[in-house]
Amino acid sequence: MRFQSLGQYGLVLFALVYLAGVYFVSSPVWMGFTINALIVALAALSWNITGGFGGLSSFGHAALYGTGAYASAILQVKYGFNAWIGFGAGIAAGAAMGALIGGLAFRYGLKGSYFALVTLAFAEVLRICASSFEWTGGGSGLQLKLMPGIAQLQIVDRPWVYTGLLVVVAVVMLLTALIQKSRFGAYLIAIRENEDAAEALGINTYQIKVQAMAISGAFGGLAGVLYLQLWLFIDSTVVYGSAVSVEALIGPIIGGAGTVWGPLLGTLGLHLLGEGTKHLLPNSPGLNFVLYAVVLICALRFLPQGLVGFAARIGVLRKKDQDDA
Amino acid sequence: MSILIIPAILSGMMMGAVYALVALGLTLIYGVLHIINFTHGSLLMLALYVVYFLNFHLGLDPYWVIPFVLPLFFVVGYCLQRGLIAPMSGGSEQNVLLITLAISLMIDNLALYFWTSNTRSVDIAYAYDTVEIFGALLPFGRVVAFVVALAAAPLVWAFMAFTRTGSAIRAVAIEKRGAELVGIDVNHTYAICFGIGTACVALAACLLLPTFYVTPQVGYTFVLVAFTTVVLGGMGSLPGALLAGLLLGIIESLCGLFLGESLGQIGIFLAFILILFFKPSGLFGKRAGA
Repeated sequence: MRFQSLGQYGLVLFALVYLAGVYFVSSPVWMGFTINALIVALAALSWNITGGFGGLSSFGHAALYGTGAYASAILQVKYGFNAWIGFGAGIAAGAAMGALIGGLAFRYGLKGSYFALVTLAFAEVLRICASSFEWTGGGSGLQLKLMPGIAQLQIVDRPWVYTGLLVVVAVVMLLTALIQKSRFGAYLIAIRENEDAAEALGINTYQIKVQAMAISGAFGGLAGVLYLQLWLFIDSTVVYGSAVSVEALIGPIIGGAGTVWGPLLGTLGLHLLGEGTKHLLPNSPGLNFVLYAVVLICALRFLPQGLVGFAARIGVLRKKDQDDA
Repeated sequence: MSILIIPAILSGMMMGAVYALVALGLTLIYGVLHIINFTHGSLLMLALYVVYFLNFHLGLDPYWVIPFVLPLFFVVGYCLQRGLIAPMSGGSEQNVLLITLAISLMIDNLALYFWTSNTRSVDIAYAYDTVEIFGALLPFGRVVAFVVALAAAPLVWAFMAFTRTGSAIRAVAIEKRGAELVGIDVNHTYAICFGIGTACVALAACLLLPTFYVTPQVGYTFVLVAFTTVVLGGMGSLPGALLAGLLLGIIESLCGLFLGESLGQIGIFLAFILILFFKPSGLFGKRAGA
C-alpha cells in the first residue's frame, strides 16, 4: 500500500484520526454507530473483491452475509455448538455460498447486468426460504442465548467490541492488499480490464472468478457472523434483505472500487453523513438511504474512481503504480 | 385435485397479465435503450400511490383516472431518462444500472418518509364482486385487469409497427448511429421510449389497485418479477413478455397452492435463476449472454 499523493495520505489520516478519536470521545452513541459502520465496511470489503478487483458487480451480497449469519446461528441455537465453531462455520458457509453462486453463474457465462440480476435473485430466494422454514426460525428469526464472555464470543464491553472489530477490519484490509499484490489479484484485475484478452493469455478465468467469489463469500460470511454476535438476533430481512446488498456496494463505489482503503473510507463517509441527517432530522426513517442514493449518483458522475481516485489527483507525489493504495 | 388446480391456474393468469403489462414497459426500455431499469418497480409504487390518493381525496375511481395518470407518467418517465439517467450515466452500462438502482432507492425511501410503511388499499363498491369462469370464482377487478392488460399489448405493438415515432424507436434500437445519421433525435427517442415504458406501469397501477394494496416496498417485489418476465420472454421481446407474464402468474399461483402461500414467489425466483443459467436468451430472445 503505497500512496501516490498527499490527498490520499490526508484521506487515510482523516479516517485513522476519526477511528482513534472514537476512543477519546466518551460517547456510547458514537461508538455504537462506528461499530455498525465497521460491520458494513466488512461487507463492503467483501463486495470489493469481486465488484472492485474483478469487475463482477454483485447486487446480492446479502446472500453471502446472510448465509454466514444463519449458518452460525443455526449451529448455536439448534445444535448447541460453541460460538467459535459457529464463527468458523459461518465464514466457511459464506465462502461455499460464494463459490456456489459464482460456480453456477460463471459456468453459464453470465456477466455484467445478468450477473447482477442472478445474484439478486439468489439473495431473494434465500430470504424467502429463511423466512418460511422452521429450521431457520421462520418469520420470527433466531435469537442467541445470552452468554457473555469471550468463550461464546459475546463481548459486552463496547470499547473491546470496537477494538476487536478494528482488528478484524485491519486484517481483512491487509488480506485485500496481499490479494492485490499477488498473482491471483493480477489475474483478477486482468479479467476486469479485458476478459477475452486474459483468457487468450492462458488465465483460467472461470477458476479465478469462482475463487474470487469464494474469498468474497468468506469476508461476507465473516461480516454476517460478527453482526450476529453483536446483536445476538437475526431474521431474514435483516441479513438477507436488499438493504445489505445495497450498502455493500455503495461504500466501495463511493470510496473507490478495487482499492484497499476505498470500501472503509466510503462506508465511514456515508455513515457519518447518514448519522448527521439523523441528528438534524430525527424520526425520519429512510432519509439516510435517500442521501446515500444522491451521493451514489453524484459519485458515479463526478468521481468515477471514488474518493481514493479523486484524492490521488491532489498533491501528486509519484506518477506510476496507478492501482496502488 | 383439478377442482383446485383450474381456479389456481385461472387466478394465476389474471395476476400474470398484470406482470406482463409491467414487464412490457421494462422489455421495451431494455430492447431500445439496452438498460436494465431498476426504477421500474418504484415507478409502479409511485403510480399506485397517485391512484390511491386520487381515490382517497377526490373519490375518483381507479379505472377512470387512467386517461390522467397515463400521460402524467409518460412525462415522468420522459423527464427521468432525459434529465437524470442519460446525463448522469455517461453512457456506461454499469453506471446506468447503478443510477437506476440509486433512483429507485431514493423514490422508495422518500415514499417511506412521506407516506410511512402503512399498507393502504382503496375502498370501492365492486372490490368484492366476483365473476364465474369455468367454475372458478374470480375477483371482478382481476378480470378487468386481465382483459385490459391483454388489450394494451397489441396497442403498444401497433404503435411500434405503424407510427412514425414507432419506426424511429425501432430504428434507434437496431442501429443507434445510423438512426442519428438519418436525422432521428436519439436522446428524444430514448426518452419517449422510457416514457411509454413508464406509462405501461401507470396503467398496471390503475388496474392493480382495486384488488391490491400499496406500501413503499411494493415496487421491489414487482421489479424482480418483471425482470424474470423480461428474461424469460427474451430481453426486448413484446410477445415474449406477454407470454412469460402469464406463465409466471400461473407458476406463482401453483407454487402457492402446493407449497403454501408464503412460498409462492419462490417458484418465480427459482424459474428466474434456472432461465438465466440454461436459456439466458429466453423464449423469444435473439441475443444470448451479456
